[in-house]
Amino acid sequence: MINLSSVKKKEDCCCTPQKNKNFLARTPEITGQAVKSLSNITRERPEWVTGILNTRSGLVPIVTTEWTRTDRIGQIRSRLGGYRMNYSVRPGLYAVGAPDSSSDVFISANYKLSFDILRRALRGISGWILVLDTRGINVWCAAGKGTFGTDELARRILGVNLAGLVSHRRIIVPQLGAAGVRASVIKKQTGFHVHFGPVDAKDIQAYIRAGYHATPEMREIGFTILRRLVLVPIELNQALRKSAAAALVILIIFGLQPSGILFKSAWTGGRPFLLFCLISIITGAAITPILLPFIPVRSFALKGWLAGAAAMAPLVTLTPLGGTSALLDAAALIFFPLMSSYLALQFTGSTTFTTISGVKKELRIWLPVYIAGLAISIVIIILYKLQSWRII
Amino acid sequence: MKYLKNAATLTFDPDRCTGCRRCVEVCPHCVFEMHDGKARITDKDRCMECGACALNCEFGAISVGSGVGCAAAIIRSMITGGEPTCDCGAASSGAKTTDCC
Ligand code: SF4
Ligand code: SF4
Repeated sequence: MINLSSVKKKEDCCCTPQKNKNFLARTPEITGQAVKSLSNITRERPEWVTGILNTRSGLVPIVTTEWTRTDRIGQIRSRLGGYRMNYSVRPGLYAVGAPDSSSDVFISANYKLSFDILRRALRGISGWILVLDTRGINVWCAAGKGTFGTDELARRILGVNLAGLVSHRRIIVPQLGAAGVRASVIKKQTGFHVHFGPVDAKDIQAYIRAGYHATPEMREIGFTILRRLVLVPIELNQALRKSAAAALVILIIFGLQPSGILFKSAWTGGRPFLLFCLISIITGAAITPILLPFIPVRSFALKGWLAGAAAMAPLVTLTPLGGTSALLDAAALIFFPLMSSYLALQFTGSTTFTTISGVKKELRIWLPVYIAGLAISIVIIILYKLQSWRII
Repeated sequence: MKYLKNAATLTFDPDRCTGCRRCVEVCPHCVFEMHDGKARITDKDRCMECGACALNCEFGAISVGSGVGCAAAIIRSMITGGEPTCDCGAASSGAKTTDCC
């Protein structure tokens, strides 16, 4: 084990060495450097920072467990996928309540939403939060990528001199971070024993009360209708973003006449197809994810195809939207369910139970189907154009 | 909900298992349970290949191929021949911070 007292601080954020021996000194000797970082903190102080604690690990911002309106709006915006920019907090040490050397240490990612959910879950208790630099990505994703990882965690623990701050040697790492954090290495490098907390931050207090023990229910990541609903806006947002190109292609196909591109025929002829396109996007990126457990096959591509076909078949055969040309109907029936299928397969990236080997297996079957379907649709559309221009 | 049958690459070697329980602690799908002082796999089809168990088993009793599971990333890697990387990786350039992966 490394002798922690001799470990040099690597962080310079707000960790000014303190001379006083008192853990939380009433009248801290504020060095010049400390004054500077204190004013830095207060000047850029976010709403959720309510004070500054003077500790052996330097000045530590105290954060509230309440959410303000800004936090709530931020949550909604990030869930809608509205943040192209970073939604993050500064990595480092934070305090909740009035922590002391026996208080628990909670590890978090510096995605603001992850951090917010954690501090809200700590309402009524005191503790330390150590935020890792995950480049603004949530714990789960960052663990998969390795930024919420062993090296970063060990570096932060040593960097803030956690061993000098608390007298115990346990840290609570979110369970979903386990894919990136190797507990045995943390123990070796820092002396801290990793307790993997519950999957859901809201169970943290029950977990602590049970003596750092999670029930099997707390250990399991569900994929409830609520979780799926929360993901739908992002899926739709991403799919619709890309659909502008599809809409343009549809308009061009229908507008293309021997005499050039006519806007009027593009609009009148293309309108049903634009609607089909929109419906298959919604079916693939929203309806399929929501109905996931109710579509009785396991393959996501097939789930999406079934949902797409179920939506498209009656529209094309029974409503006035179809019916003008058998060729067009055929193209629509081939193409759009496959589009729903493709979008549904994309959703595997957001679920909590699909595997990379499984997605690869699906793609080996479905990628050729997608390509063939696209090719057949193109051929049919060409035939249709030739027919409508009375060339054949 | 379960994904495809028999697709997960999870393997477990009971001879190496010391019964330390770490895998039970980290698995978000309760794939492992303790039995007679050793771990055992309950239902492999529930495994999502997150890799947490293999990473945290100090005794090398578990192996699993893990990686990013979004289709777009895999298609890209099939075309370019590289490892799948997820869109959210763009965050290093300050881009996305979604729940996706
Ligand atoms: S983590 Fe490894 S050694 Fe420990 S119980 Fe699981 S399989 Fe056995
Ligand atoms: S890879 Fe993840 S889901 Fe699969 S058994 Fe291991 S911990 Fe559980």
